[in-house]
Amino acid sequence: MYLLAIFSPLIGSLISILGGRWVGSKGASLITCSFVSLAALFSTMVFYEVALCGYTCHLYLTTWISCGMFNASWSFMFDSLTGIIMIVVTYISALVHFYSVEYIAEDPHRPRFISHLSVFTFFILLLVSADNFVQMFLGWEGVGLASYLLINFWHTRLPANKGAIKAMLVNRVGDVGLTLGLLIVFYLFHSIDYATVFAAAPYFKHYSLNLFTFEVDALTAACIFLFVGSIGKSAQLGLHTWLPDAIEGPTPVSALIHAATMVTAGVFLVARCSPIFEMAPISLSIVALVGGITALFAATTGVFQNDLKKVIAYSTCSQLGYMIFACGTSNYATGIFHLANHAFFKALLFLGAGSVIHALADEQDMRRMGGLAYLLPFTYTMMLIGSLSLTGFPFLTGYYSKDLILELASTTYSVPGHFVYWVGILSVILTSFYSFRVLLLTFLNNTNAPQRWVGHVHESPSFMSMPMAALGIGSIFSGYLIRDMMVGTGTDFWGAALFSLPYHTHPIESEFSSTLTKWAPFLLSNVGIVLALLLNVGLSRFATNLQLSSLGHTLTFFFNKKWYWDNVYSYYLIRPALGFGYNISFKALDRGVIEIFGPLGLTKSLPLWAKQLASMQSGQLAHYAFMMLVGTTFLVTIVELWDVIFLFLDYRTVGVLFTSALFIMSGF
Amino acid sequence: MIHQIHYLSLSTMLFIIGIWGVFLNRKNILIMLISIELILLAINFTFIIFSVYLDDLVGQIFALMVLTVAASESAIGLAILVVYYRIRGNISVELINLMKG
Repeated sequence: MYLLAIFSPLIGSLISILGGRWVGSKGASLITCSFVSLAALFSTMVFYEVALCGYTCHLYLTTWISCGMFNASWSFMFDSLTGIIMIVVTYISALVHFYSVEYIAEDPHRPRFISHLSVFTFFILLLVSADNFVQMFLGWEGVGLASYLLINFWHTRLPANKGAIKAMLVNRVGDVGLTLGLLIVFYLFHSIDYATVFAAAPYFKHYSLNLFTFEVDALTAACIFLFVGSIGKSAQLGLHTWLPDAIEGPTPVSALIHAATMVTAGVFLVARCSPIFEMAPISLSIVALVGGITALFAATTGVFQNDLKKVIAYSTCSQLGYMIFACGTSNYATGIFHLANHAFFKALLFLGAGSVIHALADEQDMRRMGGLAYLLPFTYTMMLIGSLSLTGFPFLTGYYSKDLILELASTTYSVPGHFVYWVGILSVILTSFYSFRVLLLTFLNNTNAPQRWVGHVHESPSFMSMPMAALGIGSIFSGYLIRDMMVGTGTDFWGAALFSLPYHTHPIESEFSSTLTKWAPFLLSNVGIVLALLLNVGLSRFATNLQLSSLGHTLTFFFNKKWYWDNVYSYYLIRPALGFGYNISFKALDRGVIEIFGPLGLTKSLPLWAKQLASMQSGQLAHYAFMMLVGTTFLVTIVELWDVIFLFLDYRTVGVLFTSALFIMSGF
Repeated sequence: MIHQIHYLSLSTMLFIIGIWGVFLNRKNILIMLISIELILLAINFTFIIFSVYLDDLVGQIFALMVLTVAASESAIGLAILVVYYRIRGNISVELINLMKG
């Protein structure tokens, strides 16, 4: 059962990709959907046994790599952290599978698509259920690969190719960090098993490591490198640029990548490594700061985007910032809680957006939408639920996790904690602003869509609606239902899965914080909603004038162009790197120095030398006689003056002369 | 008193004259052959000087051997020259340029 929960998506994927020809498009959909549903069913059972009943399960399959002290095995560990993420992933994935059966129905490559969705699910399950870092890394890379294949599903589209390559490469930057982190972990602990590493982590608290001649705290270094991996996968500031471009894939893919699976891997990693992170407070501060800045950055950027999916993508980025800074303030359980809740409403938002896009003949620009509330009442309802949940409207899912994150941040006794509190509370306004901007521009404002589209607008078929309805129910209830289990006072749900030092968290203080602190997120999100209504409905002319003023113009461009992160990267990082690659490492080194010292120099100069040598044989007898005389004289001179010559000439000089002759002869 | 060194310098001078004869001569191949003969004679002379000086017979035996070799060499050389002349019609050194590298 445990293994089937992990491997059934893989089985479904393999059947549909290898046998897609025989089972056909519908058959492939049916098979993968049923296998993923099976995984969801088994995950529920796993969750019941592991998380609810508290029996942590450890399955050892076989040895993978055994080499000296290094011992990586194929083995799985199921604890409550794994259980909760498995259940979220499999459920969201099953719903996305059902949704995409209809969404992608007219595409000729449905078996490939749905198989990639399944393999994606498999890799994320492998990631969360691993019991050692290497197997986790396998899942980590597999998820990156699957995201590449999915974003690039329409591989004839240039933006899809670019987006997929960007996703892959930017993730790879994080993966390098993760790899370094794993190396440091293995160097310190001589083991890559979670159990060993986490048990031994406190003993390495003041252990220092010589890194490039700098003495650094070993655990801090390890944590920072691991967190670099998280930054890449969870699209935190710095390596966030891939996430908005990942919307080039079909919408269900965005739902899967952004909502449930890929981006959550980074949060999962930080939560899983909580015993190490707790021992390295500096790295925790960094985690919190990066998460906080990401939350603000993505929220400000999301406000100024006009692409429906891009707004939601930045919203994901922002919410991930919340999760990460929750982890950074040692409230791992709250971070995971928000992850689980966010999966529901973000998947709902993406699927709703997909429904809108589907209805509007693949138009994604919100400025060309509007008035769809009358034509798509169901989608509107679902998007409204999702948006309210995202803004943290009371008693919806987002309320329970997001407000809790902010309350917990407000009661920390550290500077980074307070910083992220203020940043988070500022992002709340922006979050509700852009959420309602989406609703207004898409559903409520007067329509801007061409008439011929409006005539064809229709509600999505049931295969797309039902998953949305299910997610809508999840978005309403999941936060309330799992709140006491995951973050209730004194809950023992997590067992040994998460670890935070007693003096790092202050749940009681946050429980009894001031009324204003408790109300602040709600009030501020209402401010955001009112602002959105004012600026997009009542005072829209004023808003336009504000944007057209010189400062407003600059600011709008600044936020619309994502704080110019992409421009800065391409001007100062990517272009110089490409230039270096072509001009220096390719032209000067590969085609230059190495070739001239190697094949090119020899092939060019040896024939020249040979020709010159050969031209000395003119055929004239007198010349030969002359050469003989000169040769004899030369030989005698050398022999006689050997001691003197040796003073000035040694083999190194000869070598230098020889190689410089190569340069001259090859016409460099 | 004539010393050993005088004989030796004489033979060396003959040798160098022979070499210069080979080297400087651009016109006549006969002169070249003669110069080679002169070189061989200078060497012969040296052999004999050392044979007398060291009171050892081997040098003279060697000189006799060199005489025979020189004789056969010039015979063959002249034969080649004659054959060459028959083909080319002249024996000017400058025109012998068929042995290009």
